[in-house]
Amino acid sequence: MTRFLVRRILWMIPVLFFVTLITFIIMHSTPGGPWDVSPDSRTSDPVLQAKLAKQYGLDLPWFINTQEAMDSIAAGKNPLEVTQAFFNAQFPVYLWRLLHGNLGPSYQYRGLQVSDILFSPTQNGKPFYQSRFGTTFTLGVLAMVFALVVGFPLGLIAGLKQNTILDNASLFLATAFYGIPNFVMGIFLILIFAVWLGVVRVIEMDQWANPRSWILPAITLGIPTAAYVARLTRSSIIETMRQDYVRTARAKGLADRVVVLRHIVRNALIPVVTFVGPALATLVTGSFIIESQFSVGGIGQLFVQSISRRDYTVILALTILYAFLIAVANLAVDITYGFLDPRIKVGGG
Amino acid sequence: MAQASVPLSEQEVLRRQFALRKPTSLYRDAWHRLLRNRGSIVGMVVVGIFALLGIFAPIIVPHPPLLVYPNNSYRVPVWISLPNDPLHTGDPRFILGTDTIGRDVLSRVIFGARTSMAVGFIPMVLIILIGTTIGLIAGYAGGWVDNLLMRFTDIVYAFPDLLFFIIMITALRDTWIGNLLDGFVLLFVCLALISWVTVARLVRGQVLSIKEKEYVEAARSIGASPARIMLNHIFPNSLAPIIVSAAFLVPQSIVTEAVLGYLGVGIRPTVDPKAMFPTSWGNLLNDGRVAINAQPWLLVAPAVCVALIMLAFTFIGDGLRDALDPMMRGTS
Repeated sequence: MTRFLVRRILWMIPVLFFVTLITFIIMHSTPGGPWDVSPDSRTSDPVLQAKLAKQYGLDLPWFINTQEAMDSIAAGKNPLEVTQAFFNAQFPVYLWRLLHGNLGPSYQYRGLQVSDILFSPTQNGKPFYQSRFGTTFTLGVLAMVFALVVGFPLGLIAGLKQNTILDNASLFLATAFYGIPNFVMGIFLILIFAVWLGVVRVIEMDQWANPRSWILPAITLGIPTAAYVARLTRSSIIETMRQDYVRTARAKGLADRVVVLRHIVRNALIPVVTFVGPALATLVTGSFIIESQFSVGGIGQLFVQSISRRDYTVILALTILYAFLIAVANLAVDITYGFLDPRIKVGGG
Repeated sequence: MAQASVPLSEQEVLRRQFALRKPTSLYRDAWHRLLRNRGSIVGMVVVGIFALLGIFAPIIVPHPPLLVYPNNSYRVPVWISLPNDPLHTGDPRFILGTDTIGRDVLSRVIFGARTSMAVGFIPMVLIILIGTTIGLIAGYAGGWVDNLLMRFTDIVYAFPDLLFFIIMITALRDTWIGNLLDGFVLLFVCLALISWVTVARLVRGQVLSIKEKEYVEAARSIGASPARIMLNHIFPNSLAPIIVSAAFLVPQSIVTEAVLGYLGVGIRPTVDPKAMFPTSWGNLLNDGRVAINAQPWLLVAPAVCVALIMLAFTFIGDGLRDALDPMMRGTS
């Protein structure tokens, strides 16, 4: 198990490296650049462009700087300096900075660092959780809470009353709500609650000023997860009820309530609890359409904006962040499988 | 009774019971189980309707999908009447109303179904082909081939898929590949590039477990070639999960197209009246999103269609899983 874990964690490093490399290549081969006046007319003063490119190092070659290496050899520099000159190119410089925890400067918000944009609150003096990442994370947590509060009781009832109308109805609902993509659900909720009933406003400049503005995006994001939690709980309850220790408890003459609460629910909770971690990572990374739909000022909205503005550093940072979260979630799933059911051997295969 | 009844041996009872039944194949059996599943039947009917709508779109549509009716923009659906607003009130000519420049919404939604069917099924075939081939090779060959291929799938698997689609399409839509067939080629390529990974992993897992079965050993012992073992023994026996995953891949592509269209990076809307795929649900959703305050109705029809298709395929997929693998029934 430990060997497996170490191997999996170490393997994340090359995976993230390739994700970075591929994103870098795609973004830089895109026509246009960060200094264009507007995304539609890709032109601006060439002198200014050249100046900005030089300042941010965008005039350097992508991977290796043979020119500068040749020059420094000709100038009789020592091998270390020659190597430095050789790697004075965009990708190596970016990687080097990344290894030092520096995500680089943003191009669309001039003067700001990417890490500030992601992890510092938009207004000065506000707490950390009001940053862009904090906003996305909060939305994910709220969605998760919603999913558990709605999904768990539904699954519990369905599982305890297996093959009754209640069970069939909630299983049907769970399958249906799991099937509807959440951005379509978002459209329906916006139309019903914002456009026709007018109870909530969709365009909200500052979520933190108005707690009510969290409700719709959190529900939209959480619905498929709630449906999944319901299905998971149901099957887990059904499986637990068939266990010998439940039969023993009943045979001892324990009250039905006690059997259900102490023996069934408690054991059936394990898969649901282990599901929470990976599901949260999925919710945090899966929210960006919902964010642009409900104009939630998190990282999802920033991503869509950054692509059209060619803000390379922000795009790279977000892709790495997302890939990292997904990798951690996948790892967590594999580990919890191993803990939950020792019969599954994670090391082999 | 002239003959004394002799108690039958247990084996004899079993033999007689089974001799009365016609022998059936796994797939005939599964098909019968699928037909008993009400959800799947409804799902198949819904998909069938959308497929027919898509195929016969040019004959069915009440209006050409790109034809602009002057003075008829922003019409609400026929069942809503706005007595004070004769220009925008419901008109029996336009059952679901008209869009911002006066095109019939119903006709556009029907043509959208055609696009969605293409977007759903064509990448699915590609994905299954690529994924199955790589999975089969990795699983059967083992060793460094397996290691290399699986490490490669790890990298692709780590990519946040929707981010990849958005980056790829934004980056390449103005290049020659982005312009091929109004952006269809680029969309298909993107979908295939990412989604084969899940299929490959699934197939590899199947192959690994089937490889150890006695019948494969038997085939090998009589000198069957690896290609023959793969195609005649391993592939047919790992087909069931491939079919189930295919059923889930189709709606996934449809929804991806809808999301990308909604965000404004989908298939290019065309102005060519003879185009095979003049519009898509994604494009319609984007039109609706832009005009959400003036004409919220525009969003409803394509959103309902996407939801319906999704639901239909979810129920078909669930039914297929139950039908193909009765042992797994109700466990997920």
